[in-house]
Amino acid sequence: MAVRVQTGDFDVGAEMTAMRRGNPKIGAIASFVGVVRDLNEGADVAEMTLEHYPGMTEKALEKIVAEARARWDIYDALVVHRVGTLKPTDQIVLVVVASAHRGEAFQACEFLMDYLKTRAPFWKKERTPEGGRWVDARTADDAAADRWS
Amino acid sequence: MRPNDSRIATVKVLYFARLREVFGREREQVELPGNVQDVGGLTAWLRSRGESWERELAPGRPVRIAVNQDMAAADTPVGDGDEVAFFPPVTGG
Repeated sequence: MAVRVQTGDFDVGAEMTAMRRGNPKIGAIASFVGVVRDLNEGADVAEMTLEHYPGMTEKALEKIVAEARARWDIYDALVVHRVGTLKPTDQIVLVVVASAHRGEAFQACEFLMDYLKTRAPFWKKERTPEGGRWVDARTADDAAADRWS
Repeated sequence: MRPNDSRIATVKVLYFARLREVFGREREQVELPGNVQDVGGLTAWLRSRGESWERELAPGRPVRIAVNQDMAAADTPVGDGDEVAFFPPVTGG
């Protein structure tokens, strides 16, 4: 189980290979990759800057991973979240979950993303032709997280 | 200062994202008045600075608060040495 906050990119294949290496019990690995889009709320996004709360971010992510582990029978989970300036098509976030069967891996992966979106202290600021703007929290994300409670 | 209370409670207050920009600071040390003992009290005290503080921290505004890096509520205690952070709803992922 691991969480990482970093400015650099990540290699999805390498992370998944590393997770399953040497563990013959693993029968399923589910992953999610979040990517920067070029259009949000009707405006062109040239780039975005991700800010976070060092210390609390790691603590919050570890708590979310522990919660997933308590709910599902999973062997391993990884959350990698990038901060700093990112451009459209850049990867932002990676979640990987390993379990014996696909059901637990799929569910835990979706749960981790839903909770991360509403509980981990990251903030996005987009640069658009009209200037910078902070991204507003979406009620759809709250609803997605509430499904699990 | 009250004669029997010489200890001054100091807390570190952090601001993130839009609030950091609006308040023009990312952190400050504040000495708490004796009547400030929880998150609600601290928020009201900061609000009394007026202008952007009054506007941004008004009841009903979407502000989240963490004490020592855990999400807090209005009745969460705040005391000497604590780290209190004010920020907008999170938008990661």
